[in-house]
Amino acid sequence: MSTQPSAESAHQGTGDDAATTEDGPGPPMSRAALDAELKSIIADVLGIDADQADALGDDSGLFGHLPELDSMAVAGLLTEMEDRLDIVIEDDDVDGEMLETYGGLLTFAESKLSEI
Amino acid sequence: MIATWQAPLSEGKSSEELLVSFDQGRDMRVLILPALFDEANKLRRLTIQLMHQLNSAGVDCFLPDLPGCNESLAPLNDRTLGSWQAAVIAAADQIKATHIFAIRAGALLAPVSLPGWSYAAQSGAKLLRGMIRARTIASREAGREEQSEQLMEIGRSKGLTLAGWTISAAMFRELEAAEPITTPSLTPVAQTDIPGAGLWLRAEPDHDAAQAEALASIIAAGAVGQAE
Repeated sequence: MSTQPSAESAHQGTGDDAATTEDGPGPPMSRAALDAELKSIIADVLGIDADQADALGDDSGLFGHLPELDSMAVAGLLTEMEDRLDIVIEDDDVDGEMLETYGGLLTFAESKLSEI
Repeated sequence: MIATWQAPLSEGKSSEELLVSFDQGRDMRVLILPALFDEANKLRRLTIQLMHQLNSAGVDCFLPDLPGCNESLAPLNDRTLGSWQAAVIAAADQIKATHIFAIRAGALLAPVSLPGWSYAAQSGAKLLRGMIRARTIASREAGREEQSEQLMEIGRSKGLTLAGWTISAAMFRELEAAEPITTPSLTPVAQTDIPGAGLWLRAEPDHDAAQAEALASIIAAGAVGQAE
C-alpha cells in the first residue's frame, strides 16, 4: 500500500571518491633536505649564519617572536619558499600556526610538497 | 656627489630630483636603475657601496631618484610605469650614460638603447605579489581578513596602498604585465654569480661589501668587452 519512496535511502556514504595520487613528477625531497633548505632560506631572511640557523628547533619562534620579522619580511620568506621549493602558497595556507614556529613552517612545507 | 636632474612629468612639467653622482668625466658612465619600492630601501646601501667601488675602478656612475621615490617631492600616486620609463630615458640623456645597471624591478625601466647589466631582474607581477602578500598578512595580524584576489581587483580599478606605497590603478595594471627588459646588449647577472644571498630578502636592511665588490668587478670587466 505504501508506495512513497523514502528519502532516507540517500543516507549512505561511500566516501571513496577521492583519487589518490601517489606518484609525483619528481623524486620527493627528504625531510632532512627540506629542513636544510628551509633553514638556509631563514638564514638569508634573518641575516644569520648557518650555525645559528642550524640551531633552530621545532619550537623556535618566528612571526610574532622576532621583531624584525614583519609582514614584508614574511612575504619575502614565503615567496622565496615558493621559488626554491617549487610550491605555490595560497592566501588560505597562511595562518598564525604555520608562521609562529619553525616546526610549524617545516610541517607546512612538508605537507605542500606532498601535494605535488 | 649629490647633484640633481630634471625629471619630466606630464604636460611638459618637470621636477628636480636628487642624483647621487660620481662624475669625473670618464669614458664609462653607468646609470643605475634602483630596485623599486620596499626593495629600494633594502638595497640602498648595497647600491651606494657598488657606486663607490665603481668609482674606485675608474667608472663614473649615477643614481637618480625616480619621481615619487626616495627624496622626491612629486606625488607617487600620479606616476605610471610609462612615466618612469620616460624619466629614465631623460636621465640617461642628461648624464650622457654609456651603460645602465638595473637592479631587480629596475629592469622594468631599462631603456633598450643602452647596453649594460640587469641584476636579479624581477617581474612586475612578482613584485606586486610580494607586496599584496605582505598586506594580507599585516591585515590578518590586525584582525582584518583580506584576500589577494580582491586586493588585485581594487588595485586594477582604483589603485592601492601597499606597504606604504601609493600605487595608482594605471601603475598597478602596468606592473601586472611588466616583464624585465631584455636586449642582446643587456647582460643578466644572477644572484648566484656573486657571493651570498640577495639582500632584498633580509628582514632588516643590510649591506655586504663583498657583494658590492663582486658586482663592480662584473661591470668593470664587462666594460672592456662592451666598449667599442
